[in-house]
Amino acid sequence: MSNFSVGFRSSGPVTILDLNGELDAHTASELEAAIQRCKDDQHVKIVVNGDQLQYISSAGLGVFMAYIEEVREAGGDIKIASLQPKVFNVFDLLGFPMLFDIVDQEAEAVSKFESHPGAQPGNGSES
Amino acid sequence: MARSVHTITIPSATRYLEDVRRFVRRHATRAEFSVETVNALQLAVDEACANVIEHAYGGVESNSIDVDVVVKRDCLTVRIRDEGEPFIDAAYREPDIFEYASKKKSGGFGVHLMRKLADRVEYRSRGKSNICCLTMYRQDAPQKNR
Repeated sequence: MSNFSVGFRSSGPVTILDLNGELDAHTASELEAAIQRCKDDQHVKIVVNGDQLQYISSAGLGVFMAYIEEVREAGGDIKIASLQPKVFNVFDLLGFPMLFDIVDQEAEAVSKFESHPGAQPGNGSES
Repeated sequence: MARSVHTITIPSATRYLEDVRRFVRRHATRAEFSVETVNALQLAVDEACANVIEHAYGGVESNSIDVDVVVKRDCLTVRIRDEGEPFIDAAYREPDIFEYASKKKSGGFGVHLMRKLADRVEYRSRGKSNICCLTMYRQDAPQKNR
């Protein structure tokens, strides 16, 4: 039995994915399916809420990595919000804050889509 | 000399990673390592076992992985033993996340995380067995070799 689940919510044009439980090499396929579903539905403004995400391994991080360029090419973004400190630490260890927009609150992530729809964090080409 | 050794054997399938994490967490906590160290250790062990499942055994679930938690006075070592394809440590290079994103790569961070998280990472081969050892030192222990 999987100890991970993804909930779907909408806030205007933004799809919010509520991650719950432990994201590892076994459960990563569930996150992959959720993001693929967003893409298939052309819902590419995605906020991932990690408030209830208790654990992440590199397999979970790899899902974000595999989709971020495609989602941005489609005019959207995957913004990540409300991570618990121990989970944020794993993102941070791999330098993900340089590639992903990671914020404290879900509302902040949603509002960023309204003000800067395609905003990206540093991509190595900033002036 | 080891003060205690605890062993779990799991089938080579990702659904058992959770069991390994619980096992490592339980014994590292009992050995009075800090919460931060326990979190780092369980993630490093998860990555090592996931690599064995995916790479050493190529996703074949009928093999097994032995995980020993060895508690000593100044450190704790987790030994992950398999009989699959050996890991070639010399082939490792640090991942570039921007390159990975542009190539839409979903894997390849596991070994990097293990090296970041554990105080020491060693690979050995003995007969048909491959052994990965992940060591965490107690905070007041002198030697660290990340």
